[in-house]
Order: sequence, then structure tokens, then C-alpha cells
Amino acid sequence: MSQFVDSIRLIFQARDSVSGGVQIGGLGEFGQLTASHLGVSLVAVLVAVAIAVPLGLYLGHIGKGEFLAISLSNIGRAVPSLALLAFFVVFLGIGFANVTVVLVLLAIPPILTNTYVGIRQVERDTVDAARGQGMTETQIVRRVELPLALPLIFGGIRTSAVNVVATATIAPLANVPTLGTPIIEPQTYGFTGQIAAAIVVALITVAADAGLGAVQRAVTPRGIKLAREASAGRRFSLSSLLRREQPT
Amino acid sequence: MSLLAQVQIGNRASDSCLADNGFCPDWIAQNFDRYITPFTEHVYLTLVSVGIGFAISFGLALLAHRRRWLTGPITGFTGVLYTIPSVAFFLLLIPFTGRGYLSAFIALISYTLLIIFRNITTGLRNVPEETKDAARGMGLTERQLLWRVELPLAVPEILAGLRIATTTTVGLATLAFFAGAGGLGSQIYTDINFKSNVVVAGGLAIALAAVLDLIVLGVQRAVTPWQRARA
Repeated sequence: MSQFVDSIRLIFQARDSVSGGVQIGGLGEFGQLTASHLGVSLVAVLVAVAIAVPLGLYLGHIGKGEFLAISLSNIGRAVPSLALLAFFVVFLGIGFANVTVVLVLLAIPPILTNTYVGIRQVERDTVDAARGQGMTETQIVRRVELPLALPLIFGGIRTSAVNVVATATIAPLANVPTLGTPIIEPQTYGFTGQIAAAIVVALITVAADAGLGAVQRAVTPRGIKLAREASAGRRFSLSSLLRREQPT
Repeated sequence: MSLLAQVQIGNRASDSCLADNGFCPDWIAQNFDRYITPFTEHVYLTLVSVGIGFAISFGLALLAHRRRWLTGPITGFTGVLYTIPSVAFFLLLIPFTGRGYLSAFIALISYTLLIIFRNITTGLRNVPEETKDAARGMGLTERQLLWRVELPLAVPEILAGLRIATTTTVGLATLAFFAGAGGLGSQIYTDINFKSNVVVAGGLAIALAAVLDLIVLGVQRAVTPWQRARA
């Protein structure tokens, strides 16, 4: 326990590094590391959303590319994040851009798969009814399919965001400072610094998960909530399998 | 790079490919044996974690099948464990269980629970009510119903969960060196700037995930012949 107390003290109060000479820890440094950690994560998730959501909407609407949309997330699971980052470091080099690309690649599969499945699970009768009312294809996507798929899409974004925040911990291996810096530099930060950073990483990941979970509930149309309560526990649903499919 | 902990593998100054940290087939052929130990550690970490994780999840799922109200609390608790990033989890366990396999196992097992538990309960819940009624009508007790009807029919979903848990664990075990438990990740980390090293160690991790996935898929095919007949 004293290890944890000491680590928490390091988060709030700077002290000399293990090897001496520099000051480490304190709210200033941990604040900065947290900010850059969340910064690189946010950029990666936004880029992944910009790529995966439109692609998933399109593929889901025309009902093609199921193999791509589904198997991508299986492949994504089989490639360890450390291996992916290491491949980028040795073949393309270190730096912010490369780390961002790695995180984007990790973030795309859950968002794409969830968007695709979200669109596909909209009742075909509903879509036909919309078409019968004279809606154009664009209107159907924007006003019928997208709102009904929103809970699943946000579920995918939530999975990805949690994965990305967790994986950004190993970004310092490519020279991008994050909360992983104290973890991979024990010669400066010591075991106390490693534990301190681990505590902060765990807290922001759980907070990100909870926060996005609240957003996910907020964007769920009322009709879906009612229907879900009515059929609670009865029917097998694809969406129940897709929620947060991957620890990091 | 600010990684004082890193040591370059072997003496590489004599060869230009090695001096450039390049991809060197000759070096790989000569040094492949240095990957055997990390690979074995990786297999050990994966199989033990998934095995124990499966046993715990199976017990929890049978319990939740009998007492439905337990499903929510179990899903909630395993869900929190699932969200903790592995690097942090491995490190945070060290003050309690020390550096080594024990800490790595605890974290890796924790991650398998939600996946396998959810798939077993979903599989059991999807057994049609009519099928269960028919079995009861034939005079099966509740215990016989579970072992002879419900569980066999849930096998595809149970094994689907096992596949996800296995590939996920192979991936997470690459970070188990943060708990001091070795594995292929420790080999990658040892010299992350050397192409040959990264390709071999990373490639072995991906290959291990693929092979284990195929093995479970094969088992699934073998124990559910009726699924093939329908397809």
C-alpha cells in the first residue's frame, strides 16, 4: 500500500529523479503528459471516425462489403498493438504522425464494423416504408438509417476511444511523450513513477469509457430504448455481441 | 531514443545490413533459436490464462444460468476489469503479486472473463424454449437438460467466445513483459529499432494468434457435425 501512497504523492509533488539532476513528477508534468496523451488520442479517434463512419454508412446502405467490414475487426484483434507500433517504428520511423497512423489503424475496425452492422440491422421494412414515402437514398441514410444506427456507431467509437487511450501508453517508444513516458523510463522515474503513471492511465481510460457510455445512451433514440425494454433478454441480438469487444 | 534499458542484440558492427538495423534473412536463419524461449513463454502465458479464464467463466455462467439476477453484477464487474489498460494492470499488480507470471496471469485471465462469460450465457439463452420443453417432456431432469441439450446447442457460441479470448490474449501477452513475464513482446522491446527482430518476434505473435484460432475453429467443426449438415 505504501507504494501506492508514494506514487500518488509523486503525481502531486515534484521531486528529484532517480539518477538525480532533474525534477520529475508533480501536477505540472503529469498534467502535461496527460494533455499530450489525450491530444494524440483525440486526433486519432477523430481521423478514424472521419474515415470509418462514412465508409460504414455507404457499405451498410448498399449492403455490400460484409466480409471486409466484419473480418477487419478480426484481423485487428490478431495484430498486437506493440507489434504494429514496432513495425511502423522500424519501417517508417518515429514521430507524432506515425504514432497517429498506428492509433487510427487500431481505431478504424470497431467503428467500421459497428457502423456497418448498425445500418444492416435496421429493419428492411422500415427502409422500404421510407422509400415508399418518396425519400431519396440520401434522405433514407440521413434520416432513417443513421439515427437508428447511432447507438451502435457510438458503441464502436467508445470501443475505439478506450483502445486508443490505452494504446497511447506505448507511444513513447516512437518518441511521442504520453503518460507512457514514466512507464518506459524507470531509470529516470523509478518504480514509483511507473505506478503513478499506471494509476493515471487507468483512471482516464475508465473515465473515457464511462463518459462515452453516457454519450451513447444520450444519442439512443427513445423508440429504440422502449423497444429494447419490451424485448429485454428475449431475442439474440448482434449488437449485444459487439459492445466493447477488445481489451487493450 | 531515450531507452537506456535497451540493448542491441549481439555484435552487429561487422555486417552492413545489421549495422543499418535492416531486414537480414541470414541473421534470422542463424539466430532463430533466440526466439524459441520467448515464443514458449508466450504460448504458456496464453494457454494457461485462457484455460483458467474459461474454467472460471464457465462456472460463473452456470451460476448465472441458475440465478438470472447474477448476470448483471457479473457482467458489470468483469466489464470494469476489461476496461483497465493492460500495461497499467500489469504494473499495478506488481506491488501485490510481484514481478513474474503470477501478475501476468491475473491480468490476462481477467480479460478473458467478460468475453467467455457473455458468450456462454448468450449461447444458453438462445436455446429455443420448444426444444427445452420437448426435452422436459421426454423426462430429462434439469441437470440432464443442461448437460445434454442446452450446453451442446450452445457450443458454437461458446467456442466463438473462446476464439475471441484466445486471439485477444495472444495480443495482450505481448505487453506481459511489463509484469516481468517475458514473452514475444519482451523480445520486440529488447531491440525495437532492429527490423529483423521486430519482424520475427511480431510475425511469430501474429502467427500464434492465427494458428490457435484455427485450432479452436477445427474443434468447433468437429464437435458440431449438425452445423455442417445444415450448411
